[in-house]
Amino acid sequence: MLDFIAGHYDYWFIILLLIIGLYGMIMKKNLVKKLIGMTIFQAAIILFYISGAIKADATVPILSDSIPNSQPENYINPLPHALMLTAIVVGVATVGVAFALLIQIYKRYNTLNEQELIERMK
Amino acid sequence: MEILQTYNSIVPFYAIIVSIIAVPLIIISGKFPNLREFWTILAALVKFGLVLSLLPGAMEGKAALYSLLEIAPGIELALKADQFGVFFALIASGLWIFTSFYSIGYVRGNDERKQTRYFASFSVCLSATIGIAFSANFLTFIVFYEILTIATYPLVIHKENKEAISAGRKYLLYTLSAGIILIAAAGLTYTYAGTLNFNPGGIFESIELSQGGATVLFLLFLTGVGVKAGIMPLHSWLPAAMAAPTPVSALLHAVAVVKSGVFGVVRIVGFIFGPEMMYNYGLNNILLAFAGVTIITASLLAFKQDNLKRRLAYSTIGHLSYIVLGVALLSPSGFAGGIFHIATHATMKITLFFCAGAIYVNLHKENISELNGIGKVMPWTMAAFTIGSLGLAGIPPINGFISKWFLGVGALQANMSIALIILVLSGLLNAGYFFPIIHRAFFREGKNLEGHKEASLLMVLPIVITAFLSLLFGLFPDLFFNFFTTAVNISNSVLGGFLR
Amino acid sequence: MIERNLPALIPLIFLASALLIPILGLWKKKLAYPLAIIATLTSASLSVYGFIYVLLNGTIRYNFSGWIPPIGIEYVYDPLSSFVVLVINFITLVVLTHSFIPVTIDLEFKQTAYYSVVMLLLTGFNGMVITGDLFNLYVFIEISSLAGYALIAVGEKKAPFAAFRYLIIGTIGASFYLLGIGYLYFMSGTLNMSDLAAIMPMIKDSPTILVALILIVVALGVKMAIFPMHGWLPDSYTYAPTSTSSLIAPIGTKVGAYAMMRILFFVFGADYFSKELPVGDLIAIFACGGIIFGSVMAIAQKELKRMLAYSSVAQIGYIGLGIGLANPFGFIGAVLHLLNHAFMKATLFFIAGNLRNKTGNSDITLFDDSYRKKYPWTMASFTIAALSMVGLPPLAGFFSKWYLVLGTIENSKWLYLAVILTSSLLNAVYFFRIIEKVYMKSPAQSKDSGTDNFEIKRDEVSASMLIPTLILAIGLIVLGLLNVVIVNQIYKMMPVGM
Repeated sequence: MLDFIAGHYDYWFIILLLIIGLYGMIMKKNLVKKLIGMTIFQAAIILFYISGAIKADATVPILSDSIPNSQPENYINPLPHALMLTAIVVGVATVGVAFALLIQIYKRYNTLNEQELIERMK
Repeated sequence: MEILQTYNSIVPFYAIIVSIIAVPLIIISGKFPNLREFWTILAALVKFGLVLSLLPGAMEGKAALYSLLEIAPGIELALKADQFGVFFALIASGLWIFTSFYSIGYVRGNDERKQTRYFASFSVCLSATIGIAFSANFLTFIVFYEILTIATYPLVIHKENKEAISAGRKYLLYTLSAGIILIAAAGLTYTYAGTLNFNPGGIFESIELSQGGATVLFLLFLTGVGVKAGIMPLHSWLPAAMAAPTPVSALLHAVAVVKSGVFGVVRIVGFIFGPEMMYNYGLNNILLAFAGVTIITASLLAFKQDNLKRRLAYSTIGHLSYIVLGVALLSPSGFAGGIFHIATHATMKITLFFCAGAIYVNLHKENISELNGIGKVMPWTMAAFTIGSLGLAGIPPINGFISKWFLGVGALQANMSIALIILVLSGLLNAGYFFPIIHRAFFREGKNLEGHKEASLLMVLPIVITAFLSLLFGLFPDLFFNFFTTAVNISNSVLGGFLR
Repeated sequence: MIERNLPALIPLIFLASALLIPILGLWKKKLAYPLAIIATLTSASLSVYGFIYVLLNGTIRYNFSGWIPPIGIEYVYDPLSSFVVLVINFITLVVLTHSFIPVTIDLEFKQTAYYSVVMLLLTGFNGMVITGDLFNLYVFIEISSLAGYALIAVGEKKAPFAAFRYLIIGTIGASFYLLGIGYLYFMSGTLNMSDLAAIMPMIKDSPTILVALILIVVALGVKMAIFPMHGWLPDSYTYAPTSTSSLIAPIGTKVGAYAMMRILFFVFGADYFSKELPVGDLIAIFACGGIIFGSVMAIAQKELKRMLAYSSVAQIGYIGLGIGLANPFGFIGAVLHLLNHAFMKATLFFIAGNLRNKTGNSDITLFDDSYRKKYPWTMASFTIAALSMVGLPPLAGFFSKWYLVLGTIENSKWLYLAVILTSSLLNAVYFFRIIEKVYMKSPAQSKDSGTDNFEIKRDEVSASMLIPTLILAIGLIVLGLLNVVIVNQIYKMMPVGM
């Protein structure tokens, strides 16, 4: 049992991050904090993919002369890394758009607190 | 099941679209009332002519078939002018001619607003009614049935006062709900029977349904068409709809809409379920119960109404269930009598409604208690009223007597003396709520009636003609259109060799 | 030659114009709109051609950069995706025609940016539909979502907040999707949809796949706005500018529905998610909840766009119900309703836009009789669209409901049948309320108009807004009458084994 927990420690960490992210998005009233929660959530998923790419006794997927080409199993899986590069870019774009929206919201209502906003929008 | 002989003909399609074509013409001629009315009359005459041309073929047992397009996999939007369809279409289109003339007189006499919308909607309604009459399968029926609902709405709310708008809402609530239930019923039937085609004797011949399943399906169908057919407790939209102008009440709520409802009932009983299935699952008893309760209750409620049109509305509800009762008996005379009552009730009731409208336009009176002595001022109108009332009470030689006689014989054939009792009782009640009106009109002194004369010719002439037709068809039931023989033929084709 | 490249060409035309518009727009502002229209016209024509070609000749597959699948990213242009692409591009064309005046008025100084983002949105939608790779789907979901957030945010005062809420909820959804396909990838080793479908029978009994399925369903449910993941929709549709709501409402949720259909039916397989697992029933139940919820909420609304937004939630419920039933009639109903609802909602949002253009608002409490005289064609189109939404034959809306009814009967799901029927009645309530007002309620301040001659002159919107409205409204009649032609093609779109 302990083996199971210890052996999968990275997944437990990811679950923790997911929970923190969700907590931030739902419970925090400040919009920027919600955004941060969302970013944490996305980061957790990115870490998940990276964790899944690991192989025992393998090294980073950069071509090296010391590893012959006939033994690709010595490299960890590079595909999730490539996918996550894309996902990171998507995340950056999302945060960019989100901040643009937040600036507009602030310009119009002068607050970034969700409760205040709902009051002022009435 | 009988295999109907068919021949291809585009005439049924033309009969439907004649009045649709008239609609844009009516709208454009909005500013020229005489031209606008000309289109209506022309459309009515052409429509009647087209339907009449289908009669000879129908009498020989052949049905004109025209398929428009496939509208769902395996089901076509198709028209089939069989005997029953031609029967109903003749009544509707023929009476539309009279109603159009009467409408002109009424609408101008009352100086009504939005006349263009009125005449245009009327045209669409009649198209939909003929479409219902000529539907070859249940899905086509539903299409035209729903179009009829929507097309009658502007006519119900025509006066746009509070009463009319709330009547319109009630009307839509009832009829749209019914339409939705019909869709469910059609879906179930299609899934179990594999077809929705109307076939004399039913389409379920070899399908096994559970008792519960068949009952539920039948009740769904009944609810669906029962609203328009005025079966209690789905009837209350009808008295409310009397807020519409009288020509609307006359044609639509005595002939087109409500008869579409009972037409649907007959199609369901005779052409979808079939007499064997109705009898074996006891469905005809359910129908009988509803019809009987409706007849008696409606006749009793008619007494309470002081408003003339509302009394006529309850009378209509009762008489519609005569038809339902007739088909529920599943006996040759009963079925034929019910179908024939569609024709007889139409001519009689339309006369009565026409009279009510004439009284309203002429004397601005709506309530029976105000009708003292008007017989002296409007003799022709009230004479026609008398004829209509006598017929509805079942007194010869008006045509109402014949349909009632056959219903009575049918009740005996089916060994359902309770039905006979209901018929007799209802006849007495009819007399009870009509004769006081006649008595007031002719045998009491009226007040403030000086200077009033009979209503305009445009109204009086149709009244007199329809009353005369009621008398004429009472003496010669097969005159011109073979209504009576057709009713008997339809009954035979549906019941086939069925014996209880 | 062009046929083989169609799957890539259609999204890329939009991408190219999205990049071209800002460049040319810096030079001349007036070029933005024509460029957008040209791009849409080209893509729409290619979509028509492509759809017919695929029906006659079969699926077209395109491998990006020559990498063979399942290693490379593959675009699959089969009957279903070509159909949805056709619907999207055609509706976009009509919407862009309609939007010319509203955008010129509402967004005068942002036109170039606006049209560029619209092109980006279309890139995202088209890419989502044509792609055959799960991760590529994620990328395009995000592209279209981001563009959508931006397009919504340029509306009224409350728009940025609505867009922000949509952003948060939408990103959670997309992240769930990413997590879901992560599980699928680690279990199967492939991201290619066809490949995964082939491998699925070997791995489907593991709990990981179940979790992946749930995550993906929830994620696509957010995009599709199935109850209870619909929370972003009402505010977004209401506060967005006219042109955005006309664009996103008819097609935005549909691509989500398509994605769900593609993954559930073609990757997981109808048997797996509906017979072995109760997921199909769950989707159907939630969809029914959405149908009832949306219809009831729509009745309570006083503003036209908000009412249409809740109505959309209900209508998406129908599509969800069709998916959840997972039988042929359900599938036909869902795909047909995808088409019909796109037409109906576009017409209705056009009408809201027309009214806003003329009166500055679309507040239902202010509707009255004068609308019928001032905007006769707009109101006539409204009546047709409303009757179609209620489900009156022979308009289009009736037939999608008919197939769904047959689908529920086939599976003996009487509850769903009752829901479909009840919702038709509820739809009638909120639409007829407006029809009643527009055709009958006398304007408050005028004298009681006793005759037809009361002087209210016709003041209909200009042709570029009116003609698209009429085209779509008439289209509803045509689609209704010709639905069998369409349905026969839908049979070709069904997954194998249905």
